[in-house]
Amino acid sequence: MVDKHSFGVDPITCHAFNSNRTELALSLNNSEVKIYNKGGAKGWNETASLTEHGQRVTGIDWAPKSNRIVTCGADRNAYVWTLQSGQWKPHLVILRINRAATCVQWSPNETKFAVGSSARLISICYFEEENNWWVSKHIKKPIRSTVTCIDWHPNSILLAAGSSDFKARVFSAYIKEIESKPTATAWGAKMPFQSLMAEFSNGGGGWVHGISFSPSGDKLAWVGHDSSVSVADAANGNRLSVVKGNFLPFMSVTWVTENSLVTGDNGGQLTFINDLDIPDEKGESTMSQVSVFEGTKDNCTKFTTSGVDGSLIIWNFKSLEKSISGLRIA
Amino acid sequence: MLFLLVSAVLVMSTGSLEQDSRSEYYFRFSPVLTMAATLKPYLNVVRKTLEASMCLQNFDSQVVERHNKPEVEVKSSKELLLTPVVISRNEKEKADEIEKILCHKFMRFMMLRAENFVILRRKPVEGYDISFLITNFHTEQMYKHKLVDFIIHFMEEIDKEISEMKLAMIFHIIHTITQITAAAALITVYRDS
Repeated sequence: MVDKHSFGVDPITCHAFNSNRTELALSLNNSEVKIYNKGGAKGWNETASLTEHGQRVTGIDWAPKSNRIVTCGADRNAYVWTLQSGQWKPHLVILRINRAATCVQWSPNETKFAVGSSARLISICYFEEENNWWVSKHIKKPIRSTVTCIDWHPNSILLAAGSSDFKARVFSAYIKEIESKPTATAWGAKMPFQSLMAEFSNGGGGWVHGISFSPSGDKLAWVGHDSSVSVADAANGNRLSVVKGNFLPFMSVTWVTENSLVTGDNGGQLTFINDLDIPDEKGESTMSQVSVFEGTKDNCTKFTTSGVDGSLIIWNFKSLEKSISGLRIA
Repeated sequence: MLFLLVSAVLVMSTGSLEQDSRSEYYFRFSPVLTMAATLKPYLNVVRKTLEASMCLQNFDSQVVERHNKPEVEVKSSKELLLTPVVISRNEKEKADEIEKILCHKFMRFMMLRAENFVILRRKPVEGYDISFLITNFHTEQMYKHKLVDFIIHFMEEIDKEISEMKLAMIFHIIHTITQITAAAALITVYRDS
């Protein structure tokens, strides 16, 4: 049912797979990013080590189509890595932040990426041809505290951000220099850069640890330190539903169909949420990341979790479905 | 002599718990005499609270560039601190004079060796006799449930020793009084004769 891979005793801070899931990038709670190749009986073979960061790496994302890796770290920097004749080459990103970067994600169309930071802002980065580097624009208002998590809307224009000021927000990250005018979504029609499309608080007052747009982009889910899962539905007048979990905080969340979610919590518990049914599955330690592995957010068949015990687990939905009574996917 | 004092103080302190922040919390002891019958549910509450409050994570400073300090210690951003939790069996968990002296001696002994205790805070938080400071670095290096076990064990042992020491003390006092009374009786006998 589960496929467990261990990478030592150190926590896995973050991980990302390439498009066909044969390569894996992860950071073991230090300043290095290691690239592994799937192969043989051993499971994963280390093929490269990206050592440009000066402090702990906090985020990794691998663009599936353009095969570029973006990493960000506590040293306030981000790098875009491209594979040139078998070597990963870093490309500096001008983030213009003076505190640690906390999270990074490519936009679905892979022309931009967003970096959340402790400087209480989000940098939206895009490539500037004439200077041959990645420049950034800042989304500042009204973020009051560290940006802890981000997620792109499928249209690559809207960006959701969770922060330790207890709020989940949806911003426009429309860069007029490189993009044509976006069409209206359920979140609004006018979207100049940096405009706040929606702001939510679930009333519980927990730091937001994980955030995710649904596959259609109409719903937004976020989880927090108050052990709650909140879903806002833009197609339904921003209607908010909140589900309380058990007593440990949730750390990460992703959609697996348009109507169901998976969350990982601090005690290593996986929680499936589907029409407010909550079956659980037990892991071992804090799950700091949950990502779709096979399929898409629309129709996920396998997903991965990584956490503090240094192991990466690939969960298979079909067999999970069998083992947990009452779990229906779709 | 010092070691005798040590065990005596261990005996006389038991704890209350204060949770304080996103990335770490204090565990604080107040000297108190305990009753074994009420200890079990109390320790259960402490365990549950410890499990919940030990959800710690690495958090880079949003105030000082390139810094990474326990938020509970620096208290630089209000939104990053949780409401403190205090677990206490009653409002009057107070120590008497002897306990205070013994506790002071013992804590001096502990603090000088703080490095060996890893999670011990070198200086206790004001108003408490023993403080532990647990950060994400501890929960990453050690099993979380073992850390909780350690603290619970620490408190249980303290409580057990309290009862033993109290008994020993009472016997000692009875013995001493008997001796003094006997001596006094003898003196009376000598004087009278």
